[in-house]
Amino acid sequence: MVMTSRKKALLILFFVFLGGALSASFIFPQYVKVPGIPNTPFKLGLDLQGGVHLVYEADLETIPKYDRDDAMQGLRDVIERRVNFFGVAEPIIQLQGDGEARRLIVELAGIENPTQAILLIGQTPYLEFKEYKENYVEIITANQEVEAAGEGEFQNPFQATPLTGRYLDRAEIGIDNVTQQPLIILQFDEEGSVLFEELTTKNIGMPLAIFLDGVLLQAPTVNDAISGGRAQITGGFSVKEAQRISRELNSGALPVPITLLSQQSVGATLGAQSLQKSLIAGLLGLSLVLVFMVLVYRIPGIVAGIALVLYALFLLSLFKLIPITLTLAGIGGAILSLGIAVDANILIFARMREELRDGKSFGSALEEGFSRAWPAIRDGNITTLVVALVLFWFGSSFVKGFALTLSLGILVSLFSAIFVTKSMLRLFIDTKISKILWLFR
Amino acid sequence: MIFQKIQRILLILSFVAMAGSAFSISFFGLNLGIDFTGGSLLEAEYTKTRPAVEEIQKTLKGVDLGSLSVQHMGDNGVILRMKDISNETHQQVLSLLGNEALELRFESIGPVIGKELREKTLLLAGLAMLIVVLYIAFSFRRTAERIYPWHWSGAALVASFHDIILSLGVFALLGRYVGVEVTIPVVVALLTVVGYSINDTVVVFDRIRENIFKHVGFDLTDTVQQALRQTWFRSLSTSLTTLAVLLSVYLFGGATLKEFAFMLMIGISVGTFSSLFLAPSLLLVWRKEMFRS
Repeated sequence: MVMTSRKKALLILFFVFLGGALSASFIFPQYVKVPGIPNTPFKLGLDLQGGVHLVYEADLETIPKYDRDDAMQGLRDVIERRVNFFGVAEPIIQLQGDGEARRLIVELAGIENPTQAILLIGQTPYLEFKEYKENYVEIITANQEVEAAGEGEFQNPFQATPLTGRYLDRAEIGIDNVTQQPLIILQFDEEGSVLFEELTTKNIGMPLAIFLDGVLLQAPTVNDAISGGRAQITGGFSVKEAQRISRELNSGALPVPITLLSQQSVGATLGAQSLQKSLIAGLLGLSLVLVFMVLVYRIPGIVAGIALVLYALFLLSLFKLIPITLTLAGIGGAILSLGIAVDANILIFARMREELRDGKSFGSALEEGFSRAWPAIRDGNITTLVVALVLFWFGSSFVKGFALTLSLGILVSLFSAIFVTKSMLRLFIDTKISKILWLFR
Repeated sequence: MIFQKIQRILLILSFVAMAGSAFSISFFGLNLGIDFTGGSLLEAEYTKTRPAVEEIQKTLKGVDLGSLSVQHMGDNGVILRMKDISNETHQQVLSLLGNEALELRFESIGPVIGKELREKTLLLAGLAMLIVVLYIAFSFRRTAERIYPWHWSGAALVASFHDIILSLGVFALLGRYVGVEVTIPVVVALLTVVGYSINDTVVVFDRIRENIFKHVGFDLTDTVQQALRQTWFRSLSTSLTTLAVLLSVYLFGGATLKEFAFMLMIGISVGTFSSLFLAPSLLLVWRKEMFRS
């Protein structure tokens, strides 16, 4: 009976240590080389490699409800095209929310100049077509009076129409036959062509205003209904201006206007510093725990120490394997789980000590200690896991990174306490060392 | 008998501490960071000599930054806090600070996001507590003849309330005098404290539960005291190892994690206290066994 239990323990330990060695080579390929193990780097978050995190709010007021998902998807695509322009390795562009408040989150890792990125994303022109309000005659008269009197406020005679840059297929530069001035030719997509035809039909004899980024470019009078979706803007541009505007329109006229709600940027220097600091903190934390365990629990303490090192190896290689984007918060969670990981061991050893003091043999004290400690370990870790899950659901990226590594850490720690520590201690059953009880209690 | 007396004194002490913290929070108020209020934060490092705080204030006088606070950080660093500023203003600030100031990090949070986070955090804390209470009531349901399931979860709830209010009380005090801010990391730390401290309480409760089943002790008071004698060493060991780990994060983990680690250290310390002395005593109080003798 005893032999089989020892054999089982040896078998478990063989696989666990093999796994540990493979993990070590997976984590530090520069030190431990095993052929066939891929060289994957850790995925670092923005705060560790430097980068910028931007939250934009989309203004969907003019977009009908059923069309909002499409409009946001379009916005995402356009921003993605813009962002690819910076040559960032893995830009993250996410949509958030539904219904009224819609957000766009942009994360650019490792860029040199966040300000320029913000400018380029934000500056993308927003193209709108506007028509006269119904009471435009009164407004224009009022405006003329204001102008004559030299005081008062001008009112805007134009109102928004459904036709915006989101229906633009492409823009190109052309030359006016008569004036030889550069002009911009717009080609709408199918839907846009229909809208444009409707608009021009409705406004024959009236001006149709073209706004770029909220600025009136031109308000040509519509002579005829225009089908085919082609429009021209002659805004008195220089050739350069016309080129810039058409290029920007092509690279993506934003389908909906956006405003920057929040921005977080971390320089690459600070990122590298933080990474180094948190590694030192982790190593120091681990060694403090090891020293404490050996001093207080002697041989079981050493065993727990080995289990803890294995735990760290498994956890780190899981981070690479899944992969989990490591942030400062994530590392904080992992280091904290180190403290919690040791708790399962402490609970078990405390129970073992009690059983040994009651005069039980080493073998039965070991089994009793584990089974008695289990309900406490289970209930305690489930409550912590529940809190971590709720945190994960919270949504902000700092919190998510923390909750994820903490929960992973708890799960791995349960494994290391139950399989690794127990199997190693089983090896001592019926050996001479196990008779020297002070080593264990 | 002495044990019981100490237990009674500690119970009263923790209620006094809770009242004191409640006073500290309402009197000083919490110093909420820009995560919750909206605003901007700029951290920079000077390559040569760092100007004095007043000098930086003076340099930026012409720019509309709301109430600007300038703080030295480390050897060459400086942290500026101001209202939520636009990209242009940000550039203006950087050019005024000059070439010798390298921007390390910049955050700008709109007031909408701040408000959302405040509401979400409260909801989150409530939800986490509710689930934990339900789980404990479920897990301890079989002891109904000695202690009602909701007594267990009620005691755990009061204990975690104690931890939250004491930690926040300390933060309100420090926020007033040292400028410590409540940021998202701090709130995350607080929620973790709740999880950790309930974990701790559950371990003590588990021992009481086991002792009830094994009929250890003459009466409930004795049973509880036995359980405390059996578990205090484990509670202290675990807290000490966790505190050691956190101390190394606090000392070496970089600026972002400092307040986070600090909140956890306070929370875990008061959490260990409440698990050992507050929660078990409450079980006895509700069974009217604490003040009987």
